[in-house]
Amino acid sequence: MKPTDQTMTPAASFWNDTGRSGIASWIFSTDHKRIGLLYFFSVFGFFLVGVVLGLLIRIELMAPGRTIMGPQTYNALFTVHGVVMVFLFIIPGFQGSFGNLIMPIQIGARDVAFPRLNLFSWWLYMAGAAIILTSLFTGGGPPDTGWTFYLPFSGRTGTNVSLAVFGVFVVGFSSIATGVNFVTTIHRLRAEGMTWGRLPLFVWSLYATAWVQILATPILGITLVLIIAERLLGTGLFDPGRGGDPLMYQHLFWIYSHPAVYIMILPAMGVISEIIPVFARKPVFGYKMIAFSSLAIAAAGSLVWGHHMFTSGMSDTAVLVFSFLTFVVAIPSAIKVFNWVSTLYKGSISLEAPMLFSLSFIFLFSIGGLTGLIQGAAATDIHVHDTQFVVGHFHYVIFGGSGFAFFAAMHYWLPKFYGRRYAEKPAIIAWALMSVGFNILYFSMIVLGLEGMPRRYYDYLPEFAPLNLVSTIGSWILASGLVLLLVNLVRGLRSGERVGKNPWGAATLEWSIPTPPPTENFEEEPVVTHGPYDYRGAGIP
Amino acid sequence: MSHQTRKDPAGAKLGMWLFLFTELFLFGGLFLLYGVYLARYHREFAAAGREMHLGFGTANTVILITSSLLAAMAVTAIQRSGRRLVLYLLGGTVLCGAVFLFNKYLEWSDEIGHGIYPGSPRLAAGPPGESVFYSLYYLTVGLHGLHVLIGGTLLAVVAARVGRGTIHAGDFAWLENGALYWHLVDLVWIFIFPLYYLVL
Amino acid sequence: MGSDTHDTTTHVIGYKTLTTVWIALLALTALTVWVALNAPGIGHVWGSLAIAAAKGGLVIAFFMHMRYEGRLLRWLLFVALVTLAIFIGLTFSDVLYR
Repeated sequence: MKPTDQTMTPAASFWNDTGRSGIASWIFSTDHKRIGLLYFFSVFGFFLVGVVLGLLIRIELMAPGRTIMGPQTYNALFTVHGVVMVFLFIIPGFQGSFGNLIMPIQIGARDVAFPRLNLFSWWLYMAGAAIILTSLFTGGGPPDTGWTFYLPFSGRTGTNVSLAVFGVFVVGFSSIATGVNFVTTIHRLRAEGMTWGRLPLFVWSLYATAWVQILATPILGITLVLIIAERLLGTGLFDPGRGGDPLMYQHLFWIYSHPAVYIMILPAMGVISEIIPVFARKPVFGYKMIAFSSLAIAAAGSLVWGHHMFTSGMSDTAVLVFSFLTFVVAIPSAIKVFNWVSTLYKGSISLEAPMLFSLSFIFLFSIGGLTGLIQGAAATDIHVHDTQFVVGHFHYVIFGGSGFAFFAAMHYWLPKFYGRRYAEKPAIIAWALMSVGFNILYFSMIVLGLEGMPRRYYDYLPEFAPLNLVSTIGSWILASGLVLLLVNLVRGLRSGERVGKNPWGAATLEWSIPTPPPTENFEEEPVVTHGPYDYRGAGIP
Repeated sequence: MSHQTRKDPAGAKLGMWLFLFTELFLFGGLFLLYGVYLARYHREFAAAGREMHLGFGTANTVILITSSLLAAMAVTAIQRSGRRLVLYLLGGTVLCGAVFLFNKYLEWSDEIGHGIYPGSPRLAAGPPGESVFYSLYYLTVGLHGLHVLIGGTLLAVVAARVGRGTIHAGDFAWLENGALYWHLVDLVWIFIFPLYYLVL
Repeated sequence: MGSDTHDTTTHVIGYKTLTTVWIALLALTALTVWVALNAPGIGHVWGSLAIAAAKGGLVIAFFMHMRYEGRLLRWLLFVALVTLAIFIGLTFSDVLYR
């Protein structure tokens, strides 16, 4: 596609404004675009840390027995990999980075409702991250409990659980602040004419996500406080020896942590809903149903936490209830997938990098979703529970889903803020390497799990060796694709071809303002007269 | 909170309510645990509840309700009357909060003096339900006390800003939100009181 | 601006109304203590909770101005309370039938 307009002179963009200079112009800025980029680089940095830890885990599991590390190191490694990826990358990932960068512009606002709270939330995030990192190198060493911090073990282990948990608590606060900010912004700051029926689908998904953040995160907060109380005061609330019930810990933990999955995946679905119509050159199919299904996923998804506990000794009644509710979530998820596919139908599809990543998303997310149903059914879950199958499943959803959507968003939106773009061919090669490597890496795990290899085990039986080797080789292919993607993006955004204000020919508001956007986004308050996917109304050929 | 060129008091209030929801859910987790353990250890909870100081509990309930009244009056006062009355009312609210915490201190010292605290030898020797009751009691009331402290500080800051004139009849979102927070603290206590002091 | 929240002028609640609510709250407190001391039994927990809910309702409606707010805030409060109730209810589907 060709740039449609001349680029903005850099002097007027958000890059060189503000009274402050140097790093202070970033870390004290209340501009949603600067905060968005701060978040982007922080979460992506932690993503890379998580990737390295994951690669190390794969190398250890390449062959049975000790390969490069001892069992205690291995336990710490998968715990820290989980904590970093879940709490420092993907939960704050979309809301913090692309949510901040895009959402206010898409609704026609100058900024979010509480700009200073927005900055504060980034600071909280960084403070929490720093505390978590500190916990790795102080006290009894990095936590070895798994990212779920299950009691009673996490109450007894000598590793530095209290500090790590406190760090997660602080990060949770940051998540709540973002949620409050976004709901208020979307209610109060929509431009004139930006009715709920004209809200871009990405904004709808952020709205649903923000509600999950508001209503579920505090439960995690209190759960983490209870872990610390258990360790420091010996409250015994989850200790069966003193009348406590360990299952109650699991309930409280999953009341948050299952909805948290939707904090990770909903905005990703929003990204896909933006990209697919643009690159299929068609209005999105079933706008209302996609918007509604975001809310439905958020609502139903908050009520299914018990499916993590089918084999824990929970009552059969509860197993039945939670299994049923789990299947209910499949309905809105399928509504989305079918609507995306219908949007593609008879579209004039242009296979550029953002689109390719989005198509991979649909494929990988579908595998992730369908394997999820196998675990959601109480009977089949007993076979695959706590095996590598589960690890494969959630990586398909979270990495294949959210992760690939994140890469799609990087290719789609970052040029808007840098005014330059990446080279197309390397981006496509990177996409191909990652998609192939991904499936080799995680499909092996799904098969291994069905064969009975448990998750989180340091050692395994010799018959699992061949597939583990295959899986590890897949991780290297995936990593090489990731490196290529990064090199290409960094080079492109620094010195690539310049782009105009609407390189993709999209109809949402962020493409109607100059590239890179000016500090105030809009010269005067916009009046919205057409829907987000109404290309004719936006005057795009 | 908002520092944009145009103020949006309704937006600020919406944001505050959303935040109050999160506070509600924070305590909600503890109330959930309470409900579950009450169903399991009904007798032990009743026995332990009888040991509680009903006098302290009732007095603190009256104090918090009164403080809530004063905070609500302060919101009315800033729209109707002068600054001085607002300051008196807020001062009264903070004072009530301080008395509440002082009562709490007396109550806790007495209980700890009798060997009732999480992980104490006395509770370890007793029935398991009793130790669960007191652990929950200390956690819930402790967390609530922390909120009284935060709310009191917040209202003191608000009072200082009223004194300086940055909060006035034309722009009192801070006062309104501070009062909302204080009412939430009261609201939580309204449920703590029967659950811990009145179960028989 | 959003179309769903319109009122930016707050309703002023008179001192008399507030004081009446305060007296009602004190009366309910006395009632709940009296019930606790004189009417033990099965309905006791639910009775105390009902009184607490009534008190909470008064605080929310008058002290927190919910009675005078627009539809949006009322709906949101309703959604939040229902969600909390469902969380508790679903947990009990495990605890009560184990």
